[in-house]
Amino acid sequence: MTFTIPIENGNEVKNAEADSQRTLYPYVTGTSVVAIKYKDGILMASDMGGSYGSTLRYKNIERMKAIGKHSLLGASGEISDLQEILRYLDELILNDNMWDDGNSLGPKEVHNYLTRVMYNRRNKFNPLWNTLVLGGVKNGEKYLGMVSMIGVSFEDNHVATGFGNHLARPILRDEWREDLSFEDGVKLLEKCMRVLLYRDRSAINKLQIAKMTEEGVTVSEPYSLKTFWEFSAFTNPTVGAEGSW
Amino acid sequence: MFRNQYDTDVTTWSPTGRLFQVEYAMEAVKQGSAAIGLRSRSHVVLACVNKAQSELSSHQKKIFKVDDHIGVAIAGLTADGRVLSRYMRSESINHSFTYESPLPVGRLVVHLADKAQVCTQRSWKRPYGVGLLVGGLDESGAHLYYNCPSGNYFEYQAFAIGSRSQAAKTYLERRFESFGDSSREDLIKDAILAVRETLQGETLKSSLCTVAVLGVGEPFHFLDQEAIQKVIDTFEKVAEEEEGEGEVGEGEAEAAAAPAPAEQGGGGSGDQDVAPMEM
Repeated sequence: MTFTIPIENGNEVKNAEADSQRTLYPYVTGTSVVAIKYKDGILMASDMGGSYGSTLRYKNIERMKAIGKHSLLGASGEISDLQEILRYLDELILNDNMWDDGNSLGPKEVHNYLTRVMYNRRNKFNPLWNTLVLGGVKNGEKYLGMVSMIGVSFEDNHVATGFGNHLARPILRDEWREDLSFEDGVKLLEKCMRVLLYRDRSAINKLQIAKMTEEGVTVSEPYSLKTFWEFSAFTNPTVGAEGSW
Repeated sequence: MFRNQYDTDVTTWSPTGRLFQVEYAMEAVKQGSAAIGLRSRSHVVLACVNKAQSELSSHQKKIFKVDDHIGVAIAGLTADGRVLSRYMRSESINHSFTYESPLPVGRLVVHLADKAQVCTQRSWKRPYGVGLLVGGLDESGAHLYYNCPSGNYFEYQAFAIGSRSQAAKTYLERRFESFGDSSREDLIKDAILAVRETLQGETLKSSLCTVAVLGVGEPFHFLDQEAIQKVIDTFEKVAEEEEGEGEVGEGEAEAAAAPAPAEQGGGGSGDQDVAPMEM
């Protein structure tokens, strides 16, 4: 909470102590998450990097997690806030399971819960500095949605966070179709992740692909993409650029 | 049951392990006019007898919509029933807002039961004097629950509460095994027939009963008078002979009931007639 102390001439001084209680900027961040709906459910990809500013400091961070039986969460942004969100969701799913009554929270419910959480934090000027991707399948229905740190939330057939919005989504808009097979879906995601690897400086070449179907969630072992750096544009990057050397 | 030295406080146990105040609250439910609920796998029907204080007044509302997928019929102290209905609507809408998804009825009745239990364990409170028949949907289909002032709740295929509900229960006991696979129309017909049982001789008219339906793909709504009358017409052909006697009896009973409609007077149940606050 920010407390302000009014002084006589009408200026206000912010109480420094109270300010340190809220998030002002992120410290350890994850980069893009890309997700699509495919024939059997949802496919999601993210790398395993945690950047500390411009340093690629952590290289083994899992940014995608299964939530309950029906949902999959992927997050970019502040890693500690992701961990906080996972704790909230853990409690949510635990209480849901304790009812033990045949009803369970599906991806739509989890997505809306997260939207409420993110929006309420934003209203208190203390956001959880993440963009979340929530996907899942329940009773044959596929669901894929996104929530930003200011509580903007929507559903779509393909979503991406961060740089993925600018680099991956145009590819998806052109090449995504209904009922992609698993192999085609993975190929499409890898195409997006490769572009991100080339062009996003906070991306690392160690990624995971998570699959969510009616049967459950599987997160793949980390692997690397093959890259090709012998493009002529890379070998002589400044050729043709005016004024460079 | 008779007065005894352990029945003043809800927080006083009797030596035989009973809480008399809670049991007296359950008596209040039996004084209210009948409410009936039945369910199939996909639908729930709630029906009740419309009792009016006098010929001049309108009848008390006993069936409430809680949400598109949950409805409740009450018997006993209607004021208590209204308060609990408001609570249920509030819980339901809060859940919908947070999760964009309907609150499973099974979870709602547990909240309701826990709320009722609190009143059986505080010296400054009294138990709610109303029984609730809660019908609703969740992931596994249609359900009907009965919530008791004691804080207990039970799931039923069909049930009736309130005065002369035993007659309806007898009818339902004979037929309940077929309800699971019943069509919506048959279920409504059975509900109205059960209402007829509680009237015991009085002519069944659509103005005397209220019927509400909800089901998979069908949001909670009341049936209008016409629709009810149509169902009645399919079986009520012998009504005319009994009409004369039935009407006279009704008129006398209503004149004897206390004049002021909305008072929360003493808990003198077991008196000659329905106490004014109970319907």
